[in-house]
Amino acid sequence: MNKLFLIIKREYIAKVRNKSFVVMTFLSPILMVGMGVLIAYLTKINDNEKSIVALLNESDYFSNEFLTTEGTSFIHFNEINLEAAKDSTLKMGYSGLLYIPKESNLEQVVARSFFYSEKSPNTSLISRLELVFRDRLREKRLQNLGVSTKDFSALKVNYAINTATFNGKQNVKGINEIKAVIGGAFGYLIMMFIIIYGGFVMRSVIEEKTSRIIEIIISSVKPFQLMLGKILGTSLAGITQFIIWILLGSLLMLIALFFLDIEFSALQNGAELAASINTAIPTVDQTMQVYAQELLDIPWFTLISFFIIYFLLGYLIYSSIYAAIGAAVDNETDTQQFIFPIILPLMLAIYVGFFSVFSNPHGPIAVGFSIFPLTSPIVMLMRLPSGIGEGGVPLWQLLTSILLLIITFIGIVWLASKIYRVGILMYGKKPTYKEIFNWLKY
Amino acid sequence: MRYIDFVNINFLFHSNFFPILEFILRVGFFFSANSLKLLTKNHKKEYGLKQLYIFGKKAYMNNILVTKEVTKHFGKHIALHNVSLEIPRNSIYGLLGPNGAGKTTLIRIINQITHPDKGSVFFDGEKLKAEHIAQIGYLPEERGLYKSMKVGEQALYLAQLKGLSKSEAKKRLKFWFERLEIGNWWDKKIQELSKGMAQKIQFIVTVLHEPKLLIFDEPFSGFDPINANIIKDEILKLKEKGTSIIFSTHRMESVEELCEYIALIHKSQKILDGKLSDIKKAYKNNVYKIGMQVLNGEALLGELSGKFKISASDYNTVEQQLDFTMQFPGKETGEILSYLASKGNINSFVETIPSANEIFIKTVQSKNNNE
Repeated sequence: MNKLFLIIKREYIAKVRNKSFVVMTFLSPILMVGMGVLIAYLTKINDNEKSIVALLNESDYFSNEFLTTEGTSFIHFNEINLEAAKDSTLKMGYSGLLYIPKESNLEQVVARSFFYSEKSPNTSLISRLELVFRDRLREKRLQNLGVSTKDFSALKVNYAINTATFNGKQNVKGINEIKAVIGGAFGYLIMMFIIIYGGFVMRSVIEEKTSRIIEIIISSVKPFQLMLGKILGTSLAGITQFIIWILLGSLLMLIALFFLDIEFSALQNGAELAASINTAIPTVDQTMQVYAQELLDIPWFTLISFFIIYFLLGYLIYSSIYAAIGAAVDNETDTQQFIFPIILPLMLAIYVGFFSVFSNPHGPIAVGFSIFPLTSPIVMLMRLPSGIGEGGVPLWQLLTSILLLIITFIGIVWLASKIYRVGILMYGKKPTYKEIFNWLKY
Repeated sequence: MRYIDFVNINFLFHSNFFPILEFILRVGFFFSANSLKLLTKNHKKEYGLKQLYIFGKKAYMNNILVTKEVTKHFGKHIALHNVSLEIPRNSIYGLLGPNGAGKTTLIRIINQITHPDKGSVFFDGEKLKAEHIAQIGYLPEERGLYKSMKVGEQALYLAQLKGLSKSEAKKRLKFWFERLEIGNWWDKKIQELSKGMAQKIQFIVTVLHEPKLLIFDEPFSGFDPINANIIKDEILKLKEKGTSIIFSTHRMESVEELCEYIALIHKSQKILDGKLSDIKKAYKNNVYKIGMQVLNGEALLGELSGKFKISASDYNTVEQQLDFTMQFPGKETGEILSYLASKGNINSFVETIPSANEIFIKTVQSKNNNE
């Protein structure tokens, strides 16, 4: 036990003191927040750039349909021919020229209208223009059918269905997605942790092998103790790094918000937009309340407890496989062939999670993958935000998945430690899968 | 199905099943031995079990390490086949053999890095167990240190892994660093040191916990002659202090200098073992080196080579000195010597004792030829 502690301590200190580890710990949050700020800033600049469209309208069917909106404004040309209009549009550097010819009927006008631009036009602008034409066309056709303009504007509706559960609790559309995103975030965290720190464990094993210190150490401690100490020490270093990332990241984010005032305005815009869309049904306040209520209703305690369970088991399973791979090879370039099969279930879990669990959290695929031990840590966590029992994950599924995970954990760690024990003393050529299988019998 | 069986069996080996079984047997043996003692106390004769016990104990008392029919397979490859060795206390024991003979496997078994498939190992009179690790120091052939860790820190770490307390380890390290004149390396990193320097540190780490048994696998590889001598002297000093040493190598000159006992392992089997001087006696075959002053050396040489096996002959016509090596037909030398003496003036007559290297090559070759 004492020796295990010594190994954990050494691994931890060796990792934490490592220069690239320190640099990554402090640089990553800065880079991440910096990227976020940069993207927000660039988006803002992009949005602020208004496109100006010149409009040459010779028809009587359009008059003031083209309104200046947030992103686009219109300059009206009068009494000049098309060629002159084109020239001046180009000279003034406008985004394009919309030409509406004079024709006898609207169908003809619409058919002969053109949008001229120097470069290929911005798609959002085009769709905005198309919308105007479509509305005008529909209005005209309805008029032909006897519906007046006034009636037409009265016909405009906006509707989103109200949803509720059977026991009457009001639901908000999209809450399932939000829940899945929260679960997905946890699952993604596990995957990232496994890939980053599993790789660290592997590299640390390879380092001991290539520096030939391994035999000196295992003449004092059992190989299993060394493997376990290595995994635990590296994980503690990883957890330290993660905590620093989260703390530093949120601090930087706050600073960025405070000084740059970028996200705030963006958020406000977003809220206004949402408000303007949702005017029909419950007021924004109510919607937000329901959202807040739903978020509070997510079983956070359960979610976090199970996150810890799945995280520990899942991480230990994968990192012992990484340790075994590190033991089997002599250098990092030889690891690719062996890493692929362990990345595969992780990727599968994430993709299945995002595609299948999002659309149907309790469908057969989601259930299957949340029970299969190599994917369950990720997929089950994506399902868990909807709770356990009625309306959520059935208890038996949860228990089966954890039981299977524990059995797999014991089995994999046992196999990995056998491979590790033999592999660390093998130098020279890269082993094949068959040879590794034979090691199990040594 | 075979695979499943093997899983179960191996699980037994790694679970507590065998230690528990052993414990039960030991307790049983203890009680039965004691009751036997009680039974036989009134009788003048002490027989059977007790005598066996005493005999066994004696064998274990004189030897620091005993291996009994140790066998180890790696898949289909047999690494060791029924290797039995007795390594006497307070001696330097040479474990010799060509590359791949199984020396390292045997050493790893002694260090409990791997476990034998069959056979047993006794250390200091007891069956080898985990606690013995602290009594053994091992300098492997494939050795190195953490590249990016400070010398002092990793020496301290390795010493603590052997069970020394931090303060004790520090004290002893200071002593050894002074002794080998590397005191100022404490804060250096291994990557700043040369290979020979790193070897010194590995040597210190191996001996620091003052083990009863030291195992050196090719200890001089990587040392320059001066440092090799320093280490050789240290090994001899340790032996004087009462440490038993196993010395594995295929470099024979160092065997000649250091070892009192040797065992030769070839193709996973022990083919020769015992006291080096006894082995040499057994291997000498009446070969003598003769130097004499003679008028017509070439004629004499021609005459002799008709009857005997002559090698390495040289006649200096100016000095009229003839030197040659000759194998005598038997142990009796008098007759031939007096014949030689009648031909000239014998000025040297020395029996050639085979070197360890010759014994090594001869044994291995004869073994190969027999197969």
